[in-house]
Amino acid sequence: MAFARTAAARGRPRALRWAPYLLISPTVLLITVFLVYPIGSVLYYSLQHYNLTKPWSNGFAGLANFREMLFEDPLFWTSLGFTAKWVVVEIALQLVLGLALALIVNESFIGRGLARSMVFSPWAVSGVLTTGIWILLYNPTTGIVRYLGAPEAAVLGNPDTVFGAVVVTELWRGVPFFAILLLAGLQGIPGELYEAAAVDGAGRARRFLHVTLPHLRDAIVLATLLRSVWEFNNVDLIYTLTGGGPAQVTTTLPLYVAQRAIDSKDFGYGSALTTAGFLILLFCSLLYLRLSRFGADHKA
Amino acid sequence: MATETIVRRPGKVGVRTAPGPRPRKDPGRVLRLYVPLGLYLIFTLVPFYWMIVFALRPTGSTAPVPWPITFEHFETVWNDIGYAVFFRNSVVVGVLSLLFTTVVALMGGYALARFRFRGRTVFMVALLCTQFIPGAMMLIPLFTIFRGLGLINSLWSLVIADTVFNLPLSIILMSGFVAAVPFQVEEAAMVDGCTRVRAFFAVVLPQLRPGLIAVGSFAFIHTWNNFLFALMFISKQANFTIPVGLSYTIGEYSADFGALAAGGVVAAVPVVCVFAVIQRYLVHGISAGAVKG
Repeated sequence: MAFARTAAARGRPRALRWAPYLLISPTVLLITVFLVYPIGSVLYYSLQHYNLTKPWSNGFAGLANFREMLFEDPLFWTSLGFTAKWVVVEIALQLVLGLALALIVNESFIGRGLARSMVFSPWAVSGVLTTGIWILLYNPTTGIVRYLGAPEAAVLGNPDTVFGAVVVTELWRGVPFFAILLLAGLQGIPGELYEAAAVDGAGRARRFLHVTLPHLRDAIVLATLLRSVWEFNNVDLIYTLTGGGPAQVTTTLPLYVAQRAIDSKDFGYGSALTTAGFLILLFCSLLYLRLSRFGADHKA
Repeated sequence: MATETIVRRPGKVGVRTAPGPRPRKDPGRVLRLYVPLGLYLIFTLVPFYWMIVFALRPTGSTAPVPWPITFEHFETVWNDIGYAVFFRNSVVVGVLSLLFTTVVALMGGYALARFRFRGRTVFMVALLCTQFIPGAMMLIPLFTIFRGLGLINSLWSLVIADTVFNLPLSIILMSGFVAAVPFQVEEAAMVDGCTRVRAFFAVVLPQLRPGLIAVGSFAFIHTWNNFLFALMFISKQANFTIPVGLSYTIGEYSADFGALAAGGVVAAVPVVCVFAVIQRYLVHGISAGAVKG
């Protein structure tokens, strides 16, 4: 950064005072209109009866939507429970596999660039395309799962196997992303530290525990947090792969919101669900940052 | 760990070094490195391969190789299902969003990298906070906004929404690229009589080529892949994008795996091409907003 050398430090002309504001004004405008205002309007709609298919009953609802959500809608609670299970399982597996993958492709070996491109490639694939690809694998008559001794019945139609199937599918796309984030952290660790540790007689396991992990700490905290939020909100894949089924056992909260918004056009109730989702996400994120003491100096 | 033996030379910190032993004859390396890497490559690549097999082999064939090759599935999806139209729509939305994202991010990134102004930190933090805003949860309010603007069923709703969601990370990424161009370059041009604006276009912009490519590619991939906005805002089939078209193929042609696979290949080709272009910026680019932000 070249702040000290910019015109600012040397008594800049008046025109330059408002230059940065002019430059960020399109961004501020777009974010205000299409992100900040919508968040406010979600709060407003959550207090309204607002259903596109039932315009005659629209109007102020008070807390009725929230009352219905908390006390009369078992799907809210089951979707919340499934969301928690989904995020925890998915992030734990992505962290372990992503860290292993990052460590592997951080080694120097012939063909590393090509190997990186190949293992990272699912990152660029959309949730819908991931579904399309994995449906071909899971199909009971022509899919590849039949070579692996899968049961005759459809993997995705069975409540006992559907969770595992969705988790593996998302790992295919999610692990590369995690590995990319952690690889950036690994590349920031000075090689001298490893050499010094090796000189001191630290074996591979100890170098990993005492050099790699402490340096990756913030990268891991941030990657798990960002990915958790992302997996929480990951609707594309589950929407197209299972539609939340069978029998709603794979419905996450955001998927439930999307269903209420897209299929039944119930915007008031959907906004109440959205508000609940926002608050839960915010609370969990702050709690996580607090507990992990992110950014604190933990070199001691 | 004995810290006194560690000599930290500032110049070398952050140098990309592969830690661990240099390549040498080591039987453990095979088990530690090549076996897991091989297994992971199988996990990654077999799904792609399986899709290509389905897309290229005739209906009814169960051979695990695409032989004899047929392009009938591509003709079906492209002409009969309407992927030609979906593809065009996705390209239009992707390219427009790429252009808007890149230009606006260039402005914002330049401001962040070159000026210290009141509100700069607030602006940065706000950009990072947007990462916690779920797209799925913005469906309802964005729908009502676009309905108010008369943009429902218009591709412009997707261009705008995707640009807005691409912007925060693009700005942070771009400011990193701008900061990497030494200010002296600009200063020298200004001493030679250029205005700041001319100096930017004459000497800074050419050096930002990698940044423009990286930001534009990320924007294109995200836009190309976006499903929910397109599903929510577009109900007219003539304005469907590729992910929406693909989701209908998944639903309606679930018996015709050849068509599904061919549609998947059509959806994958552009992102694979863009991915090939940006893969050397991938690690830096994706982590720019996350780890280094």
